[in-house]
Amino acid sequence: MPAEPRVLGRDFEVLPETASVHWRPRVTEDRLRRLGRLWTLTTAAHVVPFLGAAGLLLWLNPLTVPVAVMCVAHAWIIPELYAQRGANVLRAHGRRAAEPERRALGLLGDLVGHDARDLLTATGLVVERGSLGTWLVGEAGALLLRRRRVYCYCVRVDMRLPGASELPSGDRVAHLLLALRADEHGFATVANLAFSGARWRLRRRMRAAMRPALDAAVKDLDTLSSGER
Amino acid sequence: MCKLIRMDHTGHSTLAEWTPDDPVAVQDAVAAFRTQLDRGYLAMVSTGPGHAEQVRELPVEAPLVILRLPIAGG
Repeated sequence: MPAEPRVLGRDFEVLPETASVHWRPRVTEDRLRRLGRLWTLTTAAHVVPFLGAAGLLLWLNPLTVPVAVMCVAHAWIIPELYAQRGANVLRAHGRRAAEPERRALGLLGDLVGHDARDLLTATGLVVERGSLGTWLVGEAGALLLRRRRVYCYCVRVDMRLPGASELPSGDRVAHLLLALRADEHGFATVANLAFSGARWRLRRRMRAAMRPALDAAVKDLDTLSSGER
Repeated sequence: MCKLIRMDHTGHSTLAEWTPDDPVAVQDAVAAFRTQLDRGYLAMVSTGPGHAEQVRELPVEAPLVILRLPIAGG
């Protein structure tokens, strides 16, 4: 029996995958702000004691310089490791045969605009404007840019499902993009937050080939911000 | 011509093509659509730039219906 014709765009449906993380509060503007502050506090809690210890050691005895230097190095390395964890969400997971990749890229290209298509070809990432900020979507993760802060989310096609591991890279991006477009807040709820911090810190840890995509996302964010003013 | 496609290891496969005024083709498309939903796929339709909508019944007027797998936190 043919389906009843339905009118699109009238019903909003929560992303069904949110049911698998029912214990998580749905991501909202307020929750994102709180998460950002929490990450800043956590970073400070890691950095300040080491810097304090370095200062104290030097004040007590200048001969402790080597130990103080090690403390400062720790204070520098820990946030860098967190940023690296954030950058890893955009890591490519290997390409499949040429023909499936070409077909997948063609479909993804149809879903995005002309500029985004060029950027996608060059970097493997898609810039997508949302209500929470500007997103940068990769194969197994996404970045959300808000002002000077970036949120790095680890999210991908559910690998427990048959056929998921055989998807071409373009299709993996398209899966995430469609889910994001359907329910942005639900998408951020399902995804695991790997890092939140300063944009500049993340940029340094990203592969050079991917940085133009981050720059494009920042440009889009700036356009969005200037439009709101 | 409307299309039902599934993202899979081939890039994507076209599962059905129909025109809204062809009831037989629509019926075949609905059957293919329901089979894929039963297999765990989710159906998505673009509803404008930057927007998509999940559908549980085949929207026969939609030019392109895309089947995707569920996502999960990595």
